[in-house]
Amino acid sequence: MATVTQSTKFGNFMWPVVAWGVALIFFFPIFWLVFTSFKTDQDAVNPEFLWRFTPTLENYTNMTDNYDYWKFATNSVITSVFATLFALVVGVPAAYAMAFNPSRHTKDILMWMLSTKMLPAAAVLYPMTFLTKNMLGIYDTHFLVIVVLCLVNLPIVIWMLFTYFKEIPKEIIEAGKMDGVSTWGEIKDILIPLAWGGIASTALLTFIFCWNEAYWTVRLTTFNASTLSTLIEGNRAPEGLFFGRLSAVSTAAIAPIVILGWFCQKQLVAGLTFGAVK
Amino acid sequence: MKSLLNTALGLTIGVTGASIAMADGHTELTIAIVNNGHMINMQSVAEAYTEETGVALNWVSLEEGVLREQVTSDTATGGGQYDIINIGMQEAPIWGAAGWIEPLEFGAEYDVDDMLPAMRNGLSHEGTLYAAPFYGESSMVMYRKDLTDAAGVEIADNDSWDNIQAAAAAIHDPDNGVYGVCLRGKPGWGDNMAFVTTVVNSFGGAWFDADYRPTLDSDEWNAAINFYVDLLGTYGPPGSEGNSFNEILALYNEGRCGMWIDATIAASFLEVDGVAYAQSPNAGNPVGANWLWAWAMAVPAGSPNYEAAMDFIEWATSKEYIQAVANHPDFGWGSVPTGTRASTYAYEEFQAAAPFAAAEMAAIESAAPEATDLKPYVGVQFAAIPEFPEVGTAVAQEIAAALSGAKSVDEALEAAQAAADAIMSEAGYY
Repeated sequence: MATVTQSTKFGNFMWPVVAWGVALIFFFPIFWLVFTSFKTDQDAVNPEFLWRFTPTLENYTNMTDNYDYWKFATNSVITSVFATLFALVVGVPAAYAMAFNPSRHTKDILMWMLSTKMLPAAAVLYPMTFLTKNMLGIYDTHFLVIVVLCLVNLPIVIWMLFTYFKEIPKEIIEAGKMDGVSTWGEIKDILIPLAWGGIASTALLTFIFCWNEAYWTVRLTTFNASTLSTLIEGNRAPEGLFFGRLSAVSTAAIAPIVILGWFCQKQLVAGLTFGAVK
Repeated sequence: MKSLLNTALGLTIGVTGASIAMADGHTELTIAIVNNGHMINMQSVAEAYTEETGVALNWVSLEEGVLREQVTSDTATGGGQYDIINIGMQEAPIWGAAGWIEPLEFGAEYDVDDMLPAMRNGLSHEGTLYAAPFYGESSMVMYRKDLTDAAGVEIADNDSWDNIQAAAAAIHDPDNGVYGVCLRGKPGWGDNMAFVTTVVNSFGGAWFDADYRPTLDSDEWNAAINFYVDLLGTYGPPGSEGNSFNEILALYNEGRCGMWIDATIAASFLEVDGVAYAQSPNAGNPVGANWLWAWAMAVPAGSPNYEAAMDFIEWATSKEYIQAVANHPDFGWGSVPTGTRASTYAYEEFQAAAPFAAAEMAAIESAAPEATDLKPYVGVQFAAIPEFPEVGTAVAQEIAAALSGAKSVDEALEAAQAAADAIMSEAGYY
């Protein structure tokens, strides 16, 4: 008994220490990024100023003087919000159909959707450029970025929603059917309220993925629809150590999404662990 | 839900329409630039150009690799996204020959003869200039005079590789965190292979023979790579296979490199005292021992604003632009783009602000990009053929494997030859 009490006491002390240790390790890169953003480019690579330095805002003023930060940020918001909305508009009915009215091909369709994520994006860069620029004339538009972000994330959205919907007892939906509720009514009045936590966390994750997407947003835009990913790319330099400048740009690019994540962490965790404990 | 969907669709169409309808009225030029200090400064200096001419400038600044991908896919699909593009010396002659970029013709006041001949040749195809150099560089030795003096060794211009190795051995002091020599080892055609090719050239080797068959199995390559692996493996910092320009720049500024052979532009970033410069070493063949590179401005064939684009390029690569940077309140002579015009090096103010100016000028002037008896292609540290990036990247991996000790030099070169041979054969050279 004494051993059990001792080990419980030890556990009570150790686990928080381990948890804090792991959390600090995960947080350190973010801290260092923000910390470095207040150093000049010279101080950022000088070991003499590793911890003690004169803070400056010049990297942030550079971002608005030499680059139009607000244009990039606005584009990120527009494209991420609409891509997430459209992904849900397509994803919810698709996942509903597969979860509650599965056919013998449902599993194959789900696997096929996942397999589209396995194609390296670079393999279709040239056809995508040709198609969107020369044939459709929608290159460098918000519409194109929204469509691409939506399509890129759709497999994940459908998979996540499918998993959440599977947790809902089929009988509830069937009871609705027997009461004469239409399909749209089933989705709107029964499914969405029941799976709201899962839908919210899917939306949040999709928004984060859209915000962070860098391959297509950089390569399918030039000036009008460029997002914050392009701003970061534009501050990477192979000849020259501009770490202060790059840190400031990266901090400003991730700040909105970190703040959003902070406020929505309860929903995120609740959604991600939905159905995990039974 | 329905109204939400309608609003979303309406907003998207509205936003898309707005972005398409932007370009009308006055002339707008969209310029794709590589992100380096000179190009970023240009955005501020060019505000005066916009004020004077009324031409609005949209800058698209990208990292080198992404820029290359972006501009290549745009140009290969007929252009149209950019009015002016930044391209390097590897692309300019190829794209010029393919008709992807317009030939450049300047008025008499532009003084095209002031352009350094090596740059002009490297950016031309069959005598026609296709891109105007904005900033250029060669390679040279940068070393710490305090360490060589203390060790009692000297490094001369165009020294022999044996002397360089002896000097590296003399100043090598890993116990105190100082390594004899720092060189590029990170795999990439523009990374380790830029330096390695100059070593191979100086040993009398080349990438391809007259029929464009790779010659990586030659004695010259074998001797050069054995020397490089031995020099950097013995007297270089640990983990050199992960180092390229930026990593070594950080090491050098921390005082960890006794010697560094790399781009002349590095000299303007060095913050340690007592740096001395020397022309690149060689193993008996000085031709091709120092590289040549330029970031240049070109007009894609699809640009609807050719006249306005030419006017801007003429201004941005002129002698007047050099003066504009020098007189700009935020910059000065230490910030002018170098390596393009002979007149820049004649200014006393520039010589005073840039102690490396004479060494840089000598390095650029001695670089020889033209085809010679030894090699059929244009380019010093690269071959100006479309297949080179693929060949260079494949070989770069093998050389890095040899440097890290994962493979022997013989094994690495054998694999490199096989990879290069497959690419060139598939491309239809033989």
